[in-house]
Amino acid sequence: MEFDHIIIRYGELSTKKRNRKSFVDKMKSHIRWAIKDLKHAKVTSSRDRMYVLLNGEDHLEVIQRIKGVYGIQSLSPALKIGRDIEEVKTAALYYFEQLSKRPETFKITTRRSDKDYPYDTNEMNHLIGGHLLINNDGHLKVDVKNPDFNLRIEIRREAVYLTGEIIEGAGGLPFGSSGKAMLMLSGGIDSPVAGFLSMKRGLEVECIHFYSPPFTSERSKQKVIDLAHKLAEVNGTIKLHIVPFTDIQVLIQKQIPENYTMTSTRRLMLRIADAIREKNEGMAIITGESLGQVASQTLESMFAINEVTNTPILRPLITVDKTEIIAMAREMETLEISNQPFEDCCTVFTPASPKTKPRREKVNYYEGFVDFEPMIEKAVQDTETLRISGEKQDNVDETIEDLF
Amino acid sequence: MIYFDNSATTKPYPEVIESFAKVAGEYFGNPSSLHGLGASAERLLQKARKQIADLLHTTPSEIVFTSGGTEGNNLAIKGAVHAAAKNGNHIITTEMEHASVLETCRSLEQEGFEVTYLPVTKDGSIVLSDLIHAIREDTILVSIMHVNNEIGSIQPIEEIGRYLADFPKIMFHVDHVQGIGKVPLDFNKCHIDLCTMSGHKFHGLKGTGILYVRSHVKLSPLFTGGNQESKFRSGTENVAGIVAMAKALRMTLNKQNQASDVAEIRDYLMSELKKIEGVKINSPESGAPHIVNFSIPGIKSEVFIHALEESGIFASTTSACSSKNKAISETVLAMFHDLSRAESVIRISTSYENNLEEAKAVIQAVIEKMAKLQKVMR
Repeated sequence: MEFDHIIIRYGELSTKKRNRKSFVDKMKSHIRWAIKDLKHAKVTSSRDRMYVLLNGEDHLEVIQRIKGVYGIQSLSPALKIGRDIEEVKTAALYYFEQLSKRPETFKITTRRSDKDYPYDTNEMNHLIGGHLLINNDGHLKVDVKNPDFNLRIEIRREAVYLTGEIIEGAGGLPFGSSGKAMLMLSGGIDSPVAGFLSMKRGLEVECIHFYSPPFTSERSKQKVIDLAHKLAEVNGTIKLHIVPFTDIQVLIQKQIPENYTMTSTRRLMLRIADAIREKNEGMAIITGESLGQVASQTLESMFAINEVTNTPILRPLITVDKTEIIAMAREMETLEISNQPFEDCCTVFTPASPKTKPRREKVNYYEGFVDFEPMIEKAVQDTETLRISGEKQDNVDETIEDLF
Repeated sequence: MIYFDNSATTKPYPEVIESFAKVAGEYFGNPSSLHGLGASAERLLQKARKQIADLLHTTPSEIVFTSGGTEGNNLAIKGAVHAAAKNGNHIITTEMEHASVLETCRSLEQEGFEVTYLPVTKDGSIVLSDLIHAIREDTILVSIMHVNNEIGSIQPIEEIGRYLADFPKIMFHVDHVQGIGKVPLDFNKCHIDLCTMSGHKFHGLKGTGILYVRSHVKLSPLFTGGNQESKFRSGTENVAGIVAMAKALRMTLNKQNQASDVAEIRDYLMSELKKIEGVKINSPESGAPHIVNFSIPGIKSEVFIHALEESGIFASTTSACSSKNKAISETVLAMFHDLSRAESVIRISTSYENNLEEAKAVIQAVIEKMAKLQKVMR
């Protein structure tokens, strides 16, 4: 007995009208990517469902791989069997036993598209329900109103199908269906989480990282590459723009009074990010900011920093507490990478007491003495763009490969 | 040479020694150093940790590198009870553990902890109901080995783990030193909190080991210092040894599909030894595929070991760690309550490197040496 296919439900997608086809196509290619090395599995779709035809692939493996694909509301594995009633009984029990959680109550819903089948729907419900009850003596009850588990039997001319277990999917919208935005990826805990949440809402994300050697090390850059690698697992590949930021940072230290350096640094980062966004045709900038978390994330700071652009700045974590962000990072497997203790662009020049309530007119006044524009242009020009692959294998250099 | 003492230690794979030499020579930086040499050593360390975590189906943060089985068992047991001392005072283990567990428990008794030592049956395994009866309000740790190092009996770890899962305050530690690579163990399914492994038992190098520490498990460290290994184990990491161990584990687990060959050698040895009059088999039928333990009452272990060595066969008496100071096998004594059996124990332990021809030679040698020695000893 083997599982024949997996039913995929779209959820929110069903409400989108015109773009529907492109959404569905994006999700389909995304699912294909997730299971691409399972050669026999095929993906097909109908109007409001998608199916993975297993053709012999292990259904648990497939479910595990596609559970995280954004846009999927839920999944159900389905058995395909012959029409013999004994076979249906055995299959019903088999389906029941492979459920990840034992239900206490159940019901059976039979649908017959083949009206010549020797048993009608009521008879089927009784027969199969009885069989399950006998084999689970005492531990199982029928509840037709609100069952823990509804076993659905569909009788067709060519075969009988059994399904019913509903496995929750990741939800959200298919990757790339909402347009493109640039993620400011520092190496900390918050920004990768903000990236995942944005991708979940269908954004295609490109990452921007500010690199200030020798003030920040090769390792902090590697850490960001590792994080981008994790983000790339969502759909296979991601772009990472690495901005040389040393000169600007040095100039800020020289020109701006100490307690305003942080504000100015953020403003310049945002200006550069915005220029890179424009060059790459993005429509928003994403940050991992959470209100009040640090000095640069107070409302006053955001007001002063945000002044430099009117591009939408998306802050998916703005109202989320640090503990919740940490829990999300753990779940997304970025926490361990972020937690490595290397200096990054945000920490190395942090003044002892940064302004928590900077004022626009003051920061404009201080910045007024230098023309940052040519430096910004140069930074954008010298930005190195990496394409990071989401392939599971490590992309470490090959010289060390044979050590392992 | 026929090397049949793989439970004492294994011969490192040549590829493992190559990795060790290359890393020790070329990537000698301290992984905590900030410069590039340090970074590349750290990169190797991370990769080793990731590879080992993947092979064991855990996450990298749950892997702590140690110096081997003894340290792993000490860190797991002392670390867990010291960190949980406010929750209770009672430890459960078995009569049949490795010295690094038993002696650690005894030293904790000196500190005021109470320890219950569960008895073992003639099969060398504990009975679950004994464990259930031993659990008290103040029990904080259960430490049970997976595969016994002397006779190869396998404890019902999954059953135990599932039962203990209902007691969130009780940590479950498993000494998996003899089992790794030979008898599969699913840490998650068995609800294991702490699990000890040692590199040189799977063709890695001495001085390397792994302690699996499930996330959120608290341990108080044995060594304080530079806070390496998530603060569980201070001290500069043995990068070369760790990389070599990652390779050894991969190679060993790849060979697990040859488990039936090893089992075949064991079955052969068991059935042939049974035929020899005067030989008593101590290993249970259902034991691990790589350990055969038997006694020849009347001939002291040590004498017979040296007799076998004359024929180029290397076996051992009891656990290598205990054999120097004690003449008798406590494990066999606990199982059979028979002194003459416990002082004439011979252990043959195989690995994926052994073959059936060697086993045949061993049987031949056992028969010959017995005949010769029995004449002298009587």
